[in-house]
Amino acid sequence: MKVELTVNGCKSEIDVEPRVTLLDALREELGLKGAHAGCEHGVCGACTVMVDGVAVRSCLMFAVQGDGLDITTIEGITRGEGELGIVQDAFCETHGLQCGYCTPGMIIAAQALLEKNPEPTDAEIREAISGNICRCTGYGQIIEAIRLAARHMRESNTLRARKFAE
Amino acid sequence: MKPVPFSYIRPDSVEKACEALASDPDARVIAGGQTLVPMLAMRLARPTLLVDVTRIANLIGIEETDTGIKIGAATRQADALASDLVAYQVPLLAKALPNVGHPPTRARGTVGGSIAHGDPSAEIALATVILGASIHYRDGDEDVEFLPEDYFLGPTVTAAPTGGLLTKVVFPKRPEGRVGAGFQEIASRRSDYAFASAGAQIVLDEDGTCVTALLGIGSVGDVPLAVDVSGLAGTRLSDADIRDAVETALEGLEVVDDLHASASYRRRAAARLAHMALAEAKTEALATEGAAA
Repeated sequence: MKVELTVNGCKSEIDVEPRVTLLDALREELGLKGAHAGCEHGVCGACTVMVDGVAVRSCLMFAVQGDGLDITTIEGITRGEGELGIVQDAFCETHGLQCGYCTPGMIIAAQALLEKNPEPTDAEIREAISGNICRCTGYGQIIEAIRLAARHMRESNTLRARKFAE
Repeated sequence: MKPVPFSYIRPDSVEKACEALASDPDARVIAGGQTLVPMLAMRLARPTLLVDVTRIANLIGIEETDTGIKIGAATRQADALASDLVAYQVPLLAKALPNVGHPPTRARGTVGGSIAHGDPSAEIALATVILGASIHYRDGDEDVEFLPEDYFLGPTVTAAPTGGLLTKVVFPKRPEGRVGAGFQEIASRRSDYAFASAGAQIVLDEDGTCVTALLGIGSVGDVPLAVDVSGLAGTRLSDADIRDAVETALEGLEVVDDLHASASYRRRAAARLAHMALAEAKTEALATEGAAA
């Protein structure tokens, strides 16, 4: 079945079986390995991507359902080739990751939160990542990272300028 | 974790969706897919055709009608949670919704999907049971309406007509008077399936006497259950009033015993959560202005 996916601003047409999840299509058809295949049944959150600006699990959607939706993966939130996004930087700075398996999902969940809510409380941060499992960090540094990213985003002129330009 | 092969269509009208459902006895509706896709991944469900109803405009949206607050079956849970109309008119549902999954699943999951799945721990289903919302299906050319007590039959078993399509759920409007709602649940992790849950709605008169009290219990039996606390009407809802009413209401309650929680734990938790939900509803109702004040 043919479907046109818009991923990180690029349109591509792929031909997949209806049973292929959006996650598998991103990884296998489009070569975007950033979203991780963890549990593949909606429990761990490692495959989280943004669809029309909100965080969703790409393993709980079929690629054929993605037709016409605006999909953003971890590869799409960098500031430029070879650079990290603000949230990614904050995760490095606060040691918000160890093995890194959950990190793309955590960062996308955080990014989706911060785009809607520039000044989240700790309770709101916890709620936003409540669907993402991390087995290494104990979550403390992840929350710290998101808090820091929120501050950096509020203080960043370029980021605000980009938002206004859009 | 790969589903068996199936065909997929995404009709743009209720009629076309019903036609597709009638064309194949193993067809299934997919809406948000937040429960169905895991079942497919684990091959617990093996439909041959998936009928995606998420882009049928008639099935999406929340509006006030003469009969109540109509929520289209394919309305996302996140949209219901963000709705001011729901917050004001159906405060119990607004209190229940933050407990449904977590933000990424609510972004895809639908109000109708949660009802149609018929899980005994589903918070939206519990709200329909407590408030007596009507559940509407299109079955071929006919519209069929269910009351929750006739609809939820057992764990993930409902009275839904074979090949029928859930179109909407209609909640009663906010009652007159000082209204308060409460919703409480306990689970091993935030956003996980509850071991026990309780929802309550209270209406007080101007001087704080209870006019009506509604209570429901989820996750403890085979279906979400409304229980009778009408004895609270006429009282001032003291702690003792609430305790006695809950004790009477839960007498003889059939409780599930499983790996996650024992029957005796569930019974105790249900009683405590029911008390907390009623107390929460009372506090909220007292905080609203009396009509004459």
